[in-house]
This record gives sequence, C-alpha cells and structure tokens, in this order.
Amino acid sequence: MGSSAGKQSFSDLMQKYKIGEFLRKYTMIIALVVVTIVFATWKGKEGMILLPSNITGLIAENAYVFVLATGMLMCILTGGNIDLSVGSVVCFTAAVGCVMMASGINMWLTVLVMLLIGLAIGVFQGFWIAKLRVPAFIATLAGMYAFRGFSNVVLNGYRVDITNQSFLQLFGNGKTSYIPDVMRSVFPNLEGIFTKENAFLVKLIGENFVEKFNVTCMSIGIAAAIVFILVKIRKILIQKKLGISQSIPGQIITMVLVSALTLWIAYKLSCYRGFPMVLIWIILVLGLYAYITTKTAIGRHLYAVGGNEKATALSGVKTRNVYWFAYANIGLLAGLAGILTAGRAKGIDPVYGEGYEMDAIASCFIGGASAYGGTGKVSGMIIGATLMGVINKGMIIVGVDANYQKVVKGIVLLIAVMFDVLSKRQKR
Amino acid sequence: MAKILLEMKNITKTFPGVKALDNVNLQVEEGEIHALVGENGAGKSTLMNVLSGIYPYGTYEGDIIYNGQVCKFSNIKDSEKLGIVIIHQELALVPEMTIGENMYLGNECGHKFAIDWNKTYSEADKYLKMVGLEESSKIQVKTIGTGKQQLVEIAKALAKNAKLLILDEPTSSLNEEDSRALLDLMLSFKKQGMTMIIITHKLNEVSYVADKITVVRDGSTIETIDNHGKEPVSEDRIIRGMVGRELTNRFPKRENIKIGDIKMEVDHWTVHHPLYPERKVVDDVSMYVRQGEVVGIYGLMGAGRTELAMSIFGQSYGVNFSGELKLDGKHVKLRKSEADAIRHKIAYVTEDRKGNGLVLSQSIKVNTSLANLGAISNRSVIDGDKEYAVAEEYREKLKIKTPSVEQLVGNLSGGNQQKVLLAKWMFAEPDVLLLDEPTRGIDVGAKYEIYCIINDLAAAGKCVVLISSELPEVLGMSDRIYIMNEARIVGEMKAEEATQENIMAVILKSGRGV
Repeated sequence: MGSSAGKQSFSDLMQKYKIGEFLRKYTMIIALVVVTIVFATWKGKEGMILLPSNITGLIAENAYVFVLATGMLMCILTGGNIDLSVGSVVCFTAAVGCVMMASGINMWLTVLVMLLIGLAIGVFQGFWIAKLRVPAFIATLAGMYAFRGFSNVVLNGYRVDITNQSFLQLFGNGKTSYIPDVMRSVFPNLEGIFTKENAFLVKLIGENFVEKFNVTCMSIGIAAAIVFILVKIRKILIQKKLGISQSIPGQIITMVLVSALTLWIAYKLSCYRGFPMVLIWIILVLGLYAYITTKTAIGRHLYAVGGNEKATALSGVKTRNVYWFAYANIGLLAGLAGILTAGRAKGIDPVYGEGYEMDAIASCFIGGASAYGGTGKVSGMIIGATLMGVINKGMIIVGVDANYQKVVKGIVLLIAVMFDVLSKRQKR
Repeated sequence: MAKILLEMKNITKTFPGVKALDNVNLQVEEGEIHALVGENGAGKSTLMNVLSGIYPYGTYEGDIIYNGQVCKFSNIKDSEKLGIVIIHQELALVPEMTIGENMYLGNECGHKFAIDWNKTYSEADKYLKMVGLEESSKIQVKTIGTGKQQLVEIAKALAKNAKLLILDEPTSSLNEEDSRALLDLMLSFKKQGMTMIIITHKLNEVSYVADKITVVRDGSTIETIDNHGKEPVSEDRIIRGMVGRELTNRFPKRENIKIGDIKMEVDHWTVHHPLYPERKVVDDVSMYVRQGEVVGIYGLMGAGRTELAMSIFGQSYGVNFSGELKLDGKHVKLRKSEADAIRHKIAYVTEDRKGNGLVLSQSIKVNTSLANLGAISNRSVIDGDKEYAVAEEYREKLKIKTPSVEQLVGNLSGGNQQKVLLAKWMFAEPDVLLLDEPTRGIDVGAKYEIYCIINDLAAAGKCVVLISSELPEVLGMSDRIYIMNEARIVGEMKAEEATQENIMAVILKSGRGV
C-alpha cells in the first residue's frame, strides 16, 4: 500500500515538473554532459579533457564533421536521404586544390575553384537524384567510388603538400592559424596587467595561463554572449507583446546556459592559442544553415518534402528542385570541408576523407534527425557532432585501444537512435 | 434470450493525460451483428484494441468476459486463439505478396521451417470462395481492387477460425456497390452463426445490417439501441445519441446567396491515365462555376471526380490533356505546374488529407502557411511573427480545437486536421476552391462546421466545387449539381430539381453496361 502511494506521488511529480518531457527533449545534451563528466573524472586523467589545448583540438579536429553534417542534415531532412560520396568529394576537391597550389596558382583562385568543383559535383549528383530519380543512396555510392578514383588520378597516387602559408593560416590548424591577439598590440599596457603578480587575475584565469591569456579571443566571447542575450531578450519581449505563449523561465534558463557556455569556451580558447581560424568557418556555416532551416522558404520546403512529399507538391512546391538544392548544397559544403581538411593536414593523401560521410551521418542521427526525414535541427546536429567528438577525444585520452574506439562509436550511435525511437513511441 | 458471447465490463483505459475509455460496458450476443458508433475520438477503436489484446491485460481496468470466461490477453495472438479477430480500417496486406501468402502471414501452414504451400493455397482458395471471390489465391494482392482486398482481409480472418469478427470501418475505402456486397456478406455470415462487431461512420449501413447499436461518446457508452423494431432505427435517432443533442438540420442554411458571373469554365476537357495512356480518366467534360456558387459533383467512386479536379489544378494528375480552361472568360494556358494553378487562384483541397494534404510531422502553423509562403515572407525569408499571427487567425476563424498552433498536425483529430487543410488553402486566397470529399471520415459535429465554412466561402464570392460521394451532402449543400459517371459528366441539375432518386436514375441510365 505504502509503496503504491509512493509510486503514485513519484509519477505525479514526474507529471508536474514534466520530467519525462524534459528528459526526452534534452536526452543528447544530458548524454553529452554525462560523457564529459565521465572522462573529466577518469581516474588518473582527471580534468584532462577540459584542458584548453584539448578543447581547442576538439574544435579543430572536428571542423570537417560540423561542415559535412550540416550538408548531410539538409539531405536527411528531405526524407532520410544520405550522401555517401562526401568523403571522396572532400578528397577530390582537396587534391585539385593542393595540386593547383603546388603549381603556384593564387590561393584565392584555388579556394574558389575548390568550392565550385564541390558545387558542380553536387549539382551533377543532384541531377541524377532529382531529375532522373535514381535513388540517392545509389547515385552517391557511385560518386563515392568515382571521386575516390579521380582523387587518385589527380594525385597520381602520392601525397601532395601545401606550402602556401596564408592558406594554412586561414584554413589550417598550425600555430599561426589563430586570430592574433590584436588587443594586446593595440593596448600595450595590458602586458603589465596580465602578470603572475596580479592576484585577482591569477585567481580568475589560473596561474599557468595568465601571462599568455588571449585578450582578443575572450573579448570576442564576451561580445558574442552579450549580443546573444540582447537578441534573446528582444525576442522574449516581442513574443510577450504578441501574446505568444512560450515558457519564459525556460527561455531565460537557456539564455543563461548558452551564454555561460560561450564564455567558458572563449575562456578555454584564450588560455591556449586564442580563437582558431577554423572556428570562424564553422560558426559561419552553422549560423547560416540554422538560419536557412528555420527562417527561409527553402528551409521550410526541406522539412515539408521530408514530412509529406505529395502534399508539398500539391502546395505548389517543385519538390524535385528541393532535392536538387539539398545535394548541390552538400557538394558545396564538401568543397569547404576539402579546404579545411587540406589545411589541417598541410596537404592531401589519396586516402583522406574515407569514412567522413559516416561521421556526418552519425552526427545527424545522434542529434535527433529522423531517419524518415522531416525532423531534425542544426542545433541537434551540433550536439550530435560534439558528442561524437568528445567520445573520440576522451577515448584517446584515457587510452582506449584504437580498434575498440570504433566499437564504442557504433554502440553510441545505436543507443542514440534507440532513445529517439523509444521517446517517439511513448509520445503516441 | 440468446447467449451472451462477449461482455466487456467497466473498461477504463487511460493514456498519459487523457482518459480514453471511462467505465465502458458492452454486451454482444452470440450470432448478432453489433454496431459501434460514435464520433471520431470517442473511443471505439481503443475499445476494440483492448478487446483484441493490442493493449494487453493490466494496461486497462475492468474485465473482458468471453464465452463465460474472464480473459487476460497479453497480445493479439491470445485473442485470435479464442477466435476474436479484428480487421483494421487500413488494409494490412502486403501488395507484392500473393493472396495466399497474405492470408497465412504469421500463421503459416505446415512447419515453421518448411511451409506447406500446397495446403496454403488450397485452404486459401476455400476461404476465398466463402467470401465470394473467384480469384485464385496465387495472384498478387496489388492486382486486385480495394473492394476485393477488403474481402481478402475477411477471408484471412476466416482462416484464423474467427468466431467473433471485428470490422473497423470496413467500407471507408469502398464504393457503394462494393460496400453493399460486403454488408450482404456480413448478413450471410450471420445466418451461419458468426458474431460480428462493426465500427462505422455510415449510419445507413448501421441501420441496414446491425441488430444492436451501441453509441460511444467521449469514452463512455451512452446507450444500446435495439434495431429489431418494425421500423429501422432512424439516422437522426443515432446521431442524437452520438452528439448528445438533436441535430435538427444537418446542413446549415445558406444566407444571402449572390451568384455572379461565370468564373471558371472547362471545355471538352479530356485526361488520360498516367500509367495506361490509352485509358481516359476524364472524357470530354464541359462544366462551369459562377462566383458565389457551390457546385456539387456527385459520382460513385472511380467516376473520375478526383481526376477531373486534379487535372484542372495544374495538371497534377494524368497525361495527354486536351480541352480548354477559361478563367473569367479568358483562355488560360496552365503549364503542368501546381504553382501555376495557385497563381491563377485555383486551390485543390485533397480527399486524402494524410497522404496528399498535410505534413503530419509539422505544426499547424507550418501547414497553414505552406501553400502561400510568399505572403508571410520577405525575399523568401519567413517572418515568424506574421506566420504565427496568420495561423492564429485561421485557428479562431475555423474553430480548430488545439492548445496552440505549434501543435503537430499528426496529433489532431480527423475533423481538426481537415480544418487545418482548409485553413491552408483559404490562406492561399483562391477564387476557385475544388473541395474533394471535404468531410470524409470526420464526425457529424465537425461536418456541420465544415459546411458552415463552405457557406461562408460562397458568401464571400468564392467559387466552390464540392466533390462528394455522399449524396445527401451534395443535395444539401449545392446550388447546382453535376453528375459524373465513367469519366463523363452525365447530367446537370439545379438543386431544386435534384433528388436522390433522379440522380441515381441518371447514373444508372448512363452506364455503358456493367
């Protein structure tokens, strides 16, 4: 009797605070936090994953995943369609770019050509998929073979190195590939403030980091947080004016958490080398596509086609063009990912890019995109990609055997999708 | 008094947040046909799912007593073992497999690892004969029509040794002729001692076939009506139970009818089937609609009504078009494009709201704006606040019952989904609305509201083409009626002249021989 009463009140509590709903909605964020805590408290490796160099590394190493997963998400939205060719396209565009630069062609022209090649490949594959209605899986599987072959042809089977320093600075991952600390050069007396003698700053930043602390990077972070808060407050005020009922405390909590996270990341980056160049590209891509998916007509069409293609066609939308857009777009982004990959590796090998498509696909599905299309968000995909990145990094830090790392990744993907399926079933 | 075969006592079933069934009681006598009627969402299907073990014992309260024994089913197999077989509304057949394979799917003849195909097909043929099908069980299901597929479903149930057969809206996708055949088949089964429960929206079927009628409303059983009197139970009597009030008028009155000039006209419109181009699906049709007019198009299923409407709407169905489309008396060359049709202010509201109409995984808001995103966006950037305001406006105007326009359309009831579909097309601001079966599968109350919306549209000077296979609806709503049969228009009547009898007579006379 007592136990059943206890059970009753527990489920009441669940209902009252919408705990079930909360868990469902934020499963992957919770998973990300839990995984990070597990690695951060790993015996003998305490706190290692949170070291500034590792946070910076996490971003730099996963740049291509963020970019490709963004493109992949657009394809998946149209109905669970994937693009298997991106890994090969990354390698092909990088190969062309590296060969061009090796023969002394201007860097900006090279970058443009690489993006255009990516776009052209996307348009070409999109033509088969959208107009000739070849299943996306098959059309891009063909592309995966073909462009891997072309890469080998272009590279002649050998690695080609990049010596163009400004390319490496803009897209690479070396010591120079960070936004220089302009604040320190503009305000020379900052040198006198950021010293080990300044007890307040030592306490705030940490003894090891205070002297090299990148003031510019931190300022960018603070500015970003402030802008974010202002935009959010404006949005809440507008919603209030229009009488749109959305949980205001919830929005304020998100606002506080996101700006705190921004500040924290900025702090970590500042402690190492500052603001990585690749992060600019990542933020541009993620921001642009978050906007496209939520605020534009073509974004709306992606969701609608994935949700119900026939209904969308009868609403006057040219659904075939929506597919074409999705595949042309992922081609373009594969070109960008090719640039970033070549920059990070300072050159290109004929085997680079293998398995990239799977990383991108996994990020989308872990991030809550539906395998049937029609649902999925850029923010979810970011969480998915980050979770995969943290797991990768964490396993390297705690020394999991490289072969087992793949097993763990597979299990994570399976569990993530299982959660997704189960939570949807419960809702019915 | 006959033996009570099934008794469901005080069944209560709660889903998180809602009580779907509240102390439901149902008694079914052996050898009777028991009809279960009620509005959508009243709980009929939930009740049958409890009975068949889809919701296992323990997830509901109350008792199921079958043949004098309390049953505790943990899955469908348990209930089927006792001969309780349910045939769901959506056909559950695999189109690529043969009839025989389908009938014994999950119930295979012979050994699990060595299926006895000879026995499968000979048994299957036997049951097919019982339901009056001549087809061999070796042909693929996709090669026979929906009417016959429904019969295959019944044969499948028989093959499971059904003693209590539950049919969930068995005629919802059948035409009148096939429906009648199915009902007669039920009556012949009854003579052989089979007990049946039928769930249906079509009240004429209920009074034709049922011995007893149980009315379910808001998760409770309201009453059980005996249909053995001298006169069959009237439809109004059943409706009264279903909606809990007297519906004196099933169709709202049209006020200040102002019929203007001819707005849209088609001349010698001919369309061919997309897969069999030699077949005409619309054959030399000429018709017109005037401003502020509601024009009914009545025809049996397969008469070409949907094909006509869709071909007018940007040639979204069919091939090899010929004929002329005029808007405001001027010839219009519409390309094969839905967007073009919308630009010319034509809207087609589909009969298949789930399949062709709505994006179920998206919100009311997103669905409302889908056909006219341009109106709420600036250089293809959507103004979210404007979109919200528009969705709110239509929610109020059409009385869509929902906590918020952010609600996913898939979570709404059929009637509310239909309203969202109407909202979507009203927001596209058309002059001509082609409404294809706008009240299919929705309950009486919601139907009335849809009729009111149609009247408002006509009063606002829009042209409404109302396509329906429900004759009373066409008669009650239209100013003028076209009658379609076998791809042609075979008659035109003013509303005052039209009666059920003379419309049916036109159709029967026009038939090129069946």
